[in-house]
Amino acid sequence: MLHIYCPYCGEHREESEFRPKGQAHIIRPKDPVNTSDEEWGDYLFFRENPRGIHHEMWVHAVGCRKFFNVTRDTVSYEILEVYKMGEQPTVTAATQQKGGQK
Amino acid sequence: MSQINRLTQGGRIDRSKTLNFSFNGTSYTGFPGDTLASALLANGVDIVNRSFKYSRPRGIVAAGAEEPNAVVQLGSTEAAQVPNVRATQQALYQGLTAASTNGWPNVQNDVMGLLGKLGGKMMPPGFYYKTFMTPASMWMTYEKLIRKAAGLGRSPRENDPDIYDHMHRHCDVLVIGAGPAGLAAALAAGRSGARVIICDEQEEMGGSLLDSRDLINGQDPALWAAAAVAELLAMDEVLVLPRTTANGYHDHNFVTLHERRTEHLADTAPQINGQPQARARMHHIRAGQVILATGAHDRPVVYANNDVPGNMLASAVSTYIRRYGVVPGNKLVLTTSNDYGYRAALDWHEAGREVVAIVDARAKPDGDLVKAAREKGIRIITGSAVFEGKGSKRVSGARVARIDLDNFKLAGSVEDLVCDTIASSGGYSPVVHLAAHTGARPVWSDEAIGFLPGKVKGMTPVGSARAVYSLSAVLADAVEAGASAAAACGFESGGIELPQVQSATEGPACALFQVPHEKPTMRAPKQFVDQQNDVSAAAIELATREGFESIEHVKRYTAMGFGTDQGKLGNINGMAIAARCLGQTIPQTGTTVFRPNYTPITFGAIAGRHCRDLFDPERYTALHSWHLKRGAKFEDVGQWKRPWYFPIGNESMHDAVARECLAVREKVGILDASTLGKIDIQGKDAREFLGRIYTNKWEKLGVGKARYGLMCKDDGMVMDDGVTTCLAEDHFLMTTTTGGAAGILEWLELWHQTEWPELEVYFNTVTDHWATMTITGPRARDLLSEVTDIDLDKDNFKFMECREGQVAGVPARVYRISFTGELTYEINVQANYAMRVWEALFQHEAKYGLTPYGTETMHVLRAEKGFIIVGQDTDGSVTPEDLGMQWCVGYDKPFSWIGHRALTRPDTKRDDRKQLVGLKPVDPKVVLQEGAQIVRDPNQTIPMKMVGHVTSSYYSPVLNSGFALALVMGGHKRMGEKVYLPMADGKTHEAEIVSPIFFDPKGARQNV
Amino acid sequence: MQRYSGFGLAKHALTHHENWQRMWRNPTPKKQYDAIIVGGGGHGLATAYYLAKEHGMTNIAVIEKGWLGGGNTARNTTIVRSNYLWDEAAHLYEHAMKLWEGLSQDLNYNVMFSQRGVLNLGHTLQDMRDIQRRVNANRLNGIDGEVLDAKQVSEIVPMLDCSANTRYPVLGASWQPRAGVARHDAVAWGFARGADSLGVDLLQQTEVTGMRIEDGQIIGVETNRGFIGSTRVGCVAAGNSSVLAKMAGIKLPLESHPLQALVSEPIKPILDTVVMSNHVHGYISQSDKGDLVIGAGIDGYNGYGQRGSYPTVEHTLQAIVEMFPVFSRVRMNRQWGGIVDTCPDACPILSATKVKGLFFNCGWGTGGFKATPGSGNVFAWTLAKGYAHPLAAPFSIDRFHTGQLIDEHGAAGVAH
Repeated sequence: MLHIYCPYCGEHREESEFRPKGQAHIIRPKDPVNTSDEEWGDYLFFRENPRGIHHEMWVHAVGCRKFFNVTRDTVSYEILEVYKMGEQPTVTAATQQKGGQK
Repeated sequence: MSQINRLTQGGRIDRSKTLNFSFNGTSYTGFPGDTLASALLANGVDIVNRSFKYSRPRGIVAAGAEEPNAVVQLGSTEAAQVPNVRATQQALYQGLTAASTNGWPNVQNDVMGLLGKLGGKMMPPGFYYKTFMTPASMWMTYEKLIRKAAGLGRSPRENDPDIYDHMHRHCDVLVIGAGPAGLAAALAAGRSGARVIICDEQEEMGGSLLDSRDLINGQDPALWAAAAVAELLAMDEVLVLPRTTANGYHDHNFVTLHERRTEHLADTAPQINGQPQARARMHHIRAGQVILATGAHDRPVVYANNDVPGNMLASAVSTYIRRYGVVPGNKLVLTTSNDYGYRAALDWHEAGREVVAIVDARAKPDGDLVKAAREKGIRIITGSAVFEGKGSKRVSGARVARIDLDNFKLAGSVEDLVCDTIASSGGYSPVVHLAAHTGARPVWSDEAIGFLPGKVKGMTPVGSARAVYSLSAVLADAVEAGASAAAACGFESGGIELPQVQSATEGPACALFQVPHEKPTMRAPKQFVDQQNDVSAAAIELATREGFESIEHVKRYTAMGFGTDQGKLGNINGMAIAARCLGQTIPQTGTTVFRPNYTPITFGAIAGRHCRDLFDPERYTALHSWHLKRGAKFEDVGQWKRPWYFPIGNESMHDAVARECLAVREKVGILDASTLGKIDIQGKDAREFLGRIYTNKWEKLGVGKARYGLMCKDDGMVMDDGVTTCLAEDHFLMTTTTGGAAGILEWLELWHQTEWPELEVYFNTVTDHWATMTITGPRARDLLSEVTDIDLDKDNFKFMECREGQVAGVPARVYRISFTGELTYEINVQANYAMRVWEALFQHEAKYGLTPYGTETMHVLRAEKGFIIVGQDTDGSVTPEDLGMQWCVGYDKPFSWIGHRALTRPDTKRDDRKQLVGLKPVDPKVVLQEGAQIVRDPNQTIPMKMVGHVTSSYYSPVLNSGFALALVMGGHKRMGEKVYLPMADGKTHEAEIVSPIFFDPKGARQNV
Repeated sequence: MQRYSGFGLAKHALTHHENWQRMWRNPTPKKQYDAIIVGGGGHGLATAYYLAKEHGMTNIAVIEKGWLGGGNTARNTTIVRSNYLWDEAAHLYEHAMKLWEGLSQDLNYNVMFSQRGVLNLGHTLQDMRDIQRRVNANRLNGIDGEVLDAKQVSEIVPMLDCSANTRYPVLGASWQPRAGVARHDAVAWGFARGADSLGVDLLQQTEVTGMRIEDGQIIGVETNRGFIGSTRVGCVAAGNSSVLAKMAGIKLPLESHPLQALVSEPIKPILDTVVMSNHVHGYISQSDKGDLVIGAGIDGYNGYGQRGSYPTVEHTLQAIVEMFPVFSRVRMNRQWGGIVDTCPDACPILSATKVKGLFFNCGWGTGGFKATPGSGNVFAWTLAKGYAHPLAAPFSIDRFHTGQLIDEHGAAGVAH
């Protein structure tokens, strides 16, 4: 069971308080009407689904009800970073790779 | 026969009190402090079970969790049965009743054993994949026969009388195992002030210190262990959990501990002061640091007939003698690859029984224990091993020869020794299982001749769990780890002074797994690797011969390690044998993955209290007690218990619903609608937000007005609906479906927080704050006017409006909306006032013919009006247009609302989509089956072309006919067409496609 | 190929089983194949088998990064049924069911397909509506099934608590008698042996590290054992599909989730059918060895770790004890996790891609095992002909752009 830091509550809480909400940083097209069927389908359904670093959204469902972002390794399940909605990750697949080369 | 193998003194048992128990119907005695296994051995019981596949007689091999054979059925009553209890881990209690799990007519004389002897040759691993294929029709019969041999113990057939519970705990340092390493680590961490939890699976804490030959501070090390436990118990921040197994190690240092609270007392939990207590408890631990002090298991040596009763682990022999005062035989032969195996022979000798010989695989053993054995005059045969045991129901001899491990053959003449016990020690295997649960692969160490735990963040293995074996080194290692773990959690440890340890110096061990035989492995008598699953060295060799080269393949083909001991005893030997067959090293061959549980745990303990009423919370409205009194039948809707219908006397459901329906159509009915989801929405951008989330328009909804809205996902499919009211310019109250309430609140938050944070809008659930009472029917206004000060004049309080005022003397919001098509007022009051208001209305019951109705009548009435129920008339593949609800779609709203874009996707524009229509059965007496499939041509052959299905169907008392709603391909353009519904009973119903609005299509009745 | 039979077994017993042949070779990769299948699980091996057997393509290879059948094939709860709701899915799974019914004989390998029947329980009125809808559709599609009431369910499964005392009493069930379970490992091994005997190279411990694509056409795959060429590549890699797709510059509508399952200790036969409940959320059967085989839904987060979170197991056993209170004192032996590739509509993808010659068979989510022979059969056809088998056509990846989904969440709400 994961141990997740809620950036709004400022505490680590048990996974059972949260719900995973899938890939983070998916932005709804600003002008849906002029979005092609292909682009719209991509937005609705197509996901990165990486083996490794994943930026994902969680909601503190039975806590503060806030959505936030988590950078997590989908193999080791290690949480590398937690950041608020609207913020960008500092740990990414690219930075991890650089780190690995040092 | 009374405890013939019990020593008159020694051991940690209490001889002052006798415990009676029965095994396979025979009565025996033992002592407090015994396990079932030690008591059986004390009484000279050799055969405790029959093996799974070959029905070979089997005896007790080990003294702990690694025991493969002594797996028994426990329980004195049907309801108290527990299958597959490991006798080595079951404390003896007064009246314990146990039986072997296999063997017919009994475990001594099992007729299946004959089959095993004769048929064994026909049952190599995987034999069932190669046969039973013809004729194909016979497989189910073959399978029935195969299943007869299935299983060890049996499930009870009565409900469990016991309860189980859960505790949730946090700690800085969790120490798993309370042997020397665990105790020392816990002391070091505990003295720093850190919150420490220490658990141990055994009845008594102390681990190897309880049967050790070493001395601590010149004394029996068990005394040091007892003092350590006493000190830990006295610490405020330390929790000591005996009889508690860490059964699963999960991500981020989450560990589940299973505490056996009463299993040492009786087969069902004794009550305390008349109150039940939990038979077992699961502790859910979130630990800062984990110290793995799980010790190591002695590894048996694989030789022919190594499964005959009387073959035991050397360490187990020592444990039974030193801890339980039981010598499990008279004449011992020990076969070993290491010094510590010698302890068995020394203990045996000191117990006054004969050690026939120690057979040591090493050429020149010379450690302290070897010297001690020589001094006692025990014969030591070096460079050799026992390669075959003799005997069938009990060991009668051991065959010994020089071995050449490099060429895997015997290298000298054979000597036959007469004995009744063969103890073997192939070296220690660190208990790495828990670390592996988190995905960390064990790492092979040539030096340790074993696997060590893989790396896990926040976890430190100590002592023999990481192949540190000498007591003084173990204590030093553990103290260091305990202090470091505490320091990692911010606690400074003063450290502890290490006690003086006197222990024997040990010489190096050699690697010994399978002993070569005179005959090739395939022809030698069976050399068992996994005794519980009857997996032999030959089976592993055969698997590799047939191309199973991965250790996972070997495991799956032979079933090695699939038993209830999960291969604790045999897996390393199996890997070594597979490696030899494949010409690889052990690390190249690798391990299989160990999974939770470390030892099996009852379903009940894992489930805890979350069964029956507590399986899922039951939600009741504020009026529930009234419904109960009135004799309502209930329906589960989400977590809610909703009145389904209110029968009077012996009234059938059909009659009750017809009566309720007519009451609404003719007089007035009342529905408890409190379960509808209610979300309070405030903020200056609330209106804008609603426009984005609903399909229809909200910009012009005035204060005090209500509007029905549909909600879609962004794929355009309907997900929820409800009425939302404008209470003020910046304040709205949204209602949702009963089941959808929680999900919709999260949905609103999702869009607000992630896409439109710039909108100033706030959401809160108020479902439980408000009780909702719907009064509906021609007399609704008259009824309400009896109890309210609100002006109910039809021109002052119009349809789709909301008013605030007093109802029955309490503040209320009243909505004039309708889900029945009749004049309707929805009265909302603070939930704790609801009963007063409801009862006030019922004071006028007789005068107006007020009739309570439930969800079934609600469904009939709404269906007569063609109103949908999301989830019944929709299934996640239905758009607003499919429902014919274009009137509820804001095509020209400025913001492209959720679901809007999907209206123009190719699939949503198809004109043969399934669309909501009414169905009128040609025979009005027919009520179509909900879920019935619709075809155009009833005479076609199967597979038929289905064009739709019935979503809702009822008998309508006002229409005096069956009627239905259905989703039919292209249905909107097929009004008047006939369709057919071929049913399972062979009948085919005929129906006409009609408008889904069956009653009062103009809506006149709600506008009065 | 060495034929298997009871007689052969007796003959080998006389020679101490020293003369059994390998079930499959351990070949060295060739430089070029007519087709490559990436993924040596049940679906991939079945694809290879049918490619060789029905389409005469024998110069083909199956590339497997670990060991054959080592992914979800080895980790599922082995339920086989075909009572799906929508026509497209029902026809595909029924195609598989018909192949299952002759599979042991076809492969000369007993996959122990046990048609002991599957019950899908209903606990609410809406459950029962959905069950009726599905069973009616099945019947008109030629798939066996009937709707049972609680009393009939109780007669089939006497240990199931069908009383009114449970939190969500059993109201009834759908019953598919032809459904059942099979021996999962044997399915992979049987297809592997069959494919090998037809000349297919099964390359284990061979990991694809890249896709070589020229002018929009697949040329071959890079592996840890070097480049292996082929202009026709079918990826059948379940949870790892997105990883392979990325190598080809393709995104898929998939999420890989942990799916956990568990077994009890072996106990004497007590449960003769498969019982599934979407609403109480658990499913259970008993293996021929005696283990109760139990599973539930996926963990909600993406995970490639072959393990999930403890609460999922806890909820599952709560459901099992709720349905079968007599099992409360039975003990859980072992739990594990697979990596399931879930699709938004709970239906698979059997599809060509924008890269010519590159095909994907994925998205089976929690229920792929039951489809193994059918999936392999239609995917082999698709690979051999270069365009979709009629049964595979509705499962094109295009449906996520047109919106023509086949929403089987009702049938797959619980993993199986």
